[in-house]
Amino acid sequence: MERLERELRTKRDAGRKLLVPYITGGYPGWQAAIRAAAANGADAVEIGIPFSDPVMDGPVIQQASQFALEHGTTPAAVLDEVPRLDVEIPLAVMTYYNLVHHAGPPRFAADLRRAGISAAILPDLPLEESGPWCSAADAEGIETVMLVAPTTPDDRLPRLVERSTGFVYSVGLLGVTGERSSLAETAIALAARIKAITDKPVLVGVGVSNAEQAYQATRVADGVIQGASVVRRLMDGGADAVGDYVAEVRAAIDAD
Amino acid sequence: MTATRPTEDVPTDSLLSPPDDTGRFGEFGGRFVPESLVPACQALEAEFVEAWGDSAFRSDLSKILTEYAGRPSMLTECHNLGAELGIRLILKREDLNHTGSHKINNVLGQALLAKRMGRTRLVAETGAGQHGVATATAAALMGMDCKVYMGAVDVERQALNVFRMKLLGAEVEAVESGSRTLKDAVNEAMRDWVATVGHTHYCLGSVMGPHPYPWMVRQFHLVIGEEANAQSQDLLGSLPDVVVACVGGGSNAIGIFSGFVDTESRLIGVEPAGGAAVSRGAPGVVHGMRSYLMQDEVGQVEEAQSISAGLDYPGVGPEHSYLASIGRAEYPTVTDAEVVEAFQLLSRTEGIIPALESAHALAWIKREAPHMQGQSLLMNLSGRGDKDVDQMMDILG
Ligand SMILES: Cc1ncc(COP(=O)(O)O)c(C=O)c1O
Repeated sequence: MERLERELRTKRDAGRKLLVPYITGGYPGWQAAIRAAAANGADAVEIGIPFSDPVMDGPVIQQASQFALEHGTTPAAVLDEVPRLDVEIPLAVMTYYNLVHHAGPPRFAADLRRAGISAAILPDLPLEESGPWCSAADAEGIETVMLVAPTTPDDRLPRLVERSTGFVYSVGLLGVTGERSSLAETAIALAARIKAITDKPVLVGVGVSNAEQAYQATRVADGVIQGASVVRRLMDGGADAVGDYVAEVRAAIDAD
Repeated sequence: MTATRPTEDVPTDSLLSPPDDTGRFGEFGGRFVPESLVPACQALEAEFVEAWGDSAFRSDLSKILTEYAGRPSMLTECHNLGAELGIRLILKREDLNHTGSHKINNVLGQALLAKRMGRTRLVAETGAGQHGVATATAAALMGMDCKVYMGAVDVERQALNVFRMKLLGAEVEAVESGSRTLKDAVNEAMRDWVATVGHTHYCLGSVMGPHPYPWMVRQFHLVIGEEANAQSQDLLGSLPDVVVACVGGGSNAIGIFSGFVDTESRLIGVEPAGGAAVSRGAPGVVHGMRSYLMQDEVGQVEEAQSISAGLDYPGVGPEHSYLASIGRAEYPTVTDAEVVEAFQLLSRTEGIIPALESAHALAWIKREAPHMQGQSLLMNLSGRGDKDVDQMMDILG
C-alpha cells in the first residue's frame, strides 16, 4: 500500500474525518493556498493541472484553469513547484487524460513520482480505458483514484473499487464541479453503497459546497473533497481565505 | 433501393466494418468519458445495436427519411463548371434535404432511438447551426424538449440558424468559454448530459465523441453513400474517379465515403487550413475519443480558426484518423480565401449557393482540377448556403 491510502486509512481508523481540498495549480497564490490548507487541517491536497477542455468542471474551476493557462501554466511548471511546497501531507494531482496521453503514461507517471506526487485522479479516464495509465502508474508507485458515479450500477461498482488506490472518489451528484445550495441525496446514497463493499477510504467530491454539507457527507463517508468552494475563495481572497475556510470545514467535520 | 445497409451484410474484409469491442477503428476511437456517462454510453450502444437489427425501427427510419427529410437526395451534374475546370463534376445534393443539410439523416435516427429509450429531452452542440436546426426540428416533430449549445462566436455569425432553432421551440445557449466555438459547445453539451443523463439523450452531430457515437452516426449517414454509389453508376456508367467532401467532425464525408470505401475511387476529405486535425494534429484524447487533434507541445487543445463555423474544430472523427493512417483517404486543406472564391464560383456558374462548409470541398476541386483533367468527381454538397449569406455580405462588402 502506498502513502496516500496508508495515511488516509491510519487517520480514518483513528476516528478522524478526512478533508481534501482542491487547488488549481498555476492560479496566482496556489502554492501559498496549499500551505494554508495543510496548516489548517487538510489531510491531503488535490492539485489541479489545468487543461484546456475540462469537461467535468463547472464555471469556477473552468475560470481558474483558463486564467492559469493564459498565464503560461504547464504541467511541468506545476510539478516543478511541488517539491518546494514543503508540506507534510500527501499530494494528488487531478487532470484530464490528454495531458497524460500526450506525454505518454510512463513519462507522466515518472514525472509525478519525481515531483513527490502520491496519486492521480483522471476524471475522463474510465476503467475500460485505464489500462495503459494504470500499469505505468503502478510501476512508479503512483496511486490511481477511481471515480464512482451515482449512475454506476451495482455490478460495476466492485470493479471500480477494486482498481482504486489511495481512496475511492464517490461523485456526489450527477453533474460537474460547482457549489450547490444543498447536498444532493445521491451523495449520501452512493457513499453508503461504496462503504458497504470496501474498507478503502471513501471520499465524497463534486457538489460538497460548504462546512455544513461536509459535515453531512462525513456522517456516512470517510471524508470529503472540496473543489469549487475552495477555488472561489482562492480567487476572491487568496491563500488566507483558503486557510480560514479549511479551518472552518475541519471544525465542522470534527464535531460529533 | 433500401435506405440503409445492415451491418451484418458487410463483408468482414470491408473497411466499413464496425469498430472493435472497445469502439476502436484501428487505434482510434474508444470511450473516454467520466464514469457518470459510462453506463449511458453502454446503454446507448446496446439500444442502437438492437434497433439497427430491428426491421421495424429500420423501416420507421426509412419512412421518415423519405416522407419527411425528402430522401433520396439527387445528383446534379455541373455542366458549366465542369467544362470550365476540365472535369466531370457531380454534386450529391444533401443541401436539398429538409432543414438544408445532411445533418438531418443522423438526427432523425438518433431522435427515433431516443424515443425508443424513453428519453424526453435532446441536447446538442452546433457549430454552423445546421445540426442544431436539425435537432430542434426532430424534437418539434417528436414532441421532445430541446436545448442547443452554440459558441458565442457562432451565435453571431450564424444568426439566421439561431432564430430558426428558436422558432422550432428549442432553447439556444451561447457558450462563452474557451474559443467560444464548436469545441466549447461540445464541452458544454457534455456537461449538460453529465447532469441530465437520466432523461436526456445527447444528440451528437458528427462521427465523433465516445463509442458508440462515431459508429452510430456513420450508420445513420450510410444512406448518402449507398444512394450515391447507385446514382453515380446510373449517371456515369461507372464509379467516380474521385469522391470529395468537407470534414469538420467528418459525418458528411464518412457518409459519402461509405459508398466507395471498398472501391477504387480516391477519397478526399477537405479540412480548413485553420482546423486541420489530420495534417496538423497528433493523436490525442478529447470529447470522448482518441483521434487526431490539434494540440500544443504539452497536449492542450488548440483553438481552430476557420471562416466556417461547422468546420471550426480542432479534432476529427476517429474513423477518419483510421482511414488517414492506413492511407485509404487523403485529408488536404484549403484556405479561407479559396473557400470564399469557391462559394461565389458555384453560385455564379451553377445557380447553387453552397454552405461555406461544403465550399471547402469545391475549393479543393478547383485548385486540383488541372491535375485531374477528364476525371469524374463526385462532391458531397453537404448543405446550402442561405445561412452564410449574412456573413458573406460582410466579407464581400
Ligand atoms: C453544411 C455542413 N457541412 C458540413 C458540416 C461539418 O460537419 P461534418 O464534418 O460532420 O459533416 C456542417 C457542420 O455544421 C455543415 O453544416
